[in-house]
Amino acid sequence: MNEQDEDQMKKLLREALPPVENDDGPERDLWPAMLRRLDEKPAESARTGFNWAWFDGALAAGLVAVVLSFPASIPLLLYYL
Amino acid sequence: MQNGASNVLNQFRQGDVDAFEALFHQHQRSVYGWILRVVRNASTAEELTVETFWRIYQAHARFEPAMGFKGWARRIATHVALDWLRTKRAEIELTPEMLAEVASPAGADPAVTAEIRAKTALAFGRLPTKLRIAATLAVIEEQPQKLVAEALGITVAAVKLRVFRALRLLRNDLEKQGIKP
Repeated sequence: MNEQDEDQMKKLLREALPPVENDDGPERDLWPAMLRRLDEKPAESARTGFNWAWFDGALAAGLVAVVLSFPASIPLLLYYL
Repeated sequence: MQNGASNVLNQFRQGDVDAFEALFHQHQRSVYGWILRVVRNASTAEELTVETFWRIYQAHARFEPAMGFKGWARRIATHVALDWLRTKRAEIELTPEMLAEVASPAGADPAVTAEIRAKTALAFGRLPTKLRIAATLAVIEEQPQKLVAEALGITVAAVKLRVFRALRLLRNDLEKQGIKP
């Protein structure tokens, strides 16, 4: 693709998707939405945190069971840690 | 004045919500404007502006006041917009609404029909997101390449390369559809 082709493609692209006129900014102040987001997220993270703690516990229990059943696997596990 | 601004940035870095609010009000318009250029939809841009500031607040401890807030916020906004583009399914068919939308932009070349413009827009939507965002900002929105490079976290040469690849892929796609740009 030469320079002329490139310019033609740019022109076509600008005609197909004209630049956005956005000097006005958002239609409303977004701070109230931001505050709601700040309030929501800690609760959501807390719930997620609980699920992960449960999952981590199950994983750790499984690992202990494997180690107790197959002590020879310890060096292999240490290698991958 | 300079000390006041620097103070706000330092307080924000400590996680101060009042400083964050001050920065939010100072920069929400420019962040929104930047995102709107990429996503081209006002309500999505509003939603992603809030998401951007949420990520900014989460990353307050990593903020370096000496680097300036505006460029940092723009970089995060670009990544948020990029994530959104990745999740958005590309349109695959021409709709009457789409044809009406691209019917007659101001100063359009009369030789280029609404159908060609719509097919171009669709083909552009099928490009890989990394190429699309670079071409959107550098070609459609005519933003300085240095600014685009900083926002994407790449070099100016990489921006040029992505734009070139985007245009070449777009041209190939249109030629397959029998459109000779």
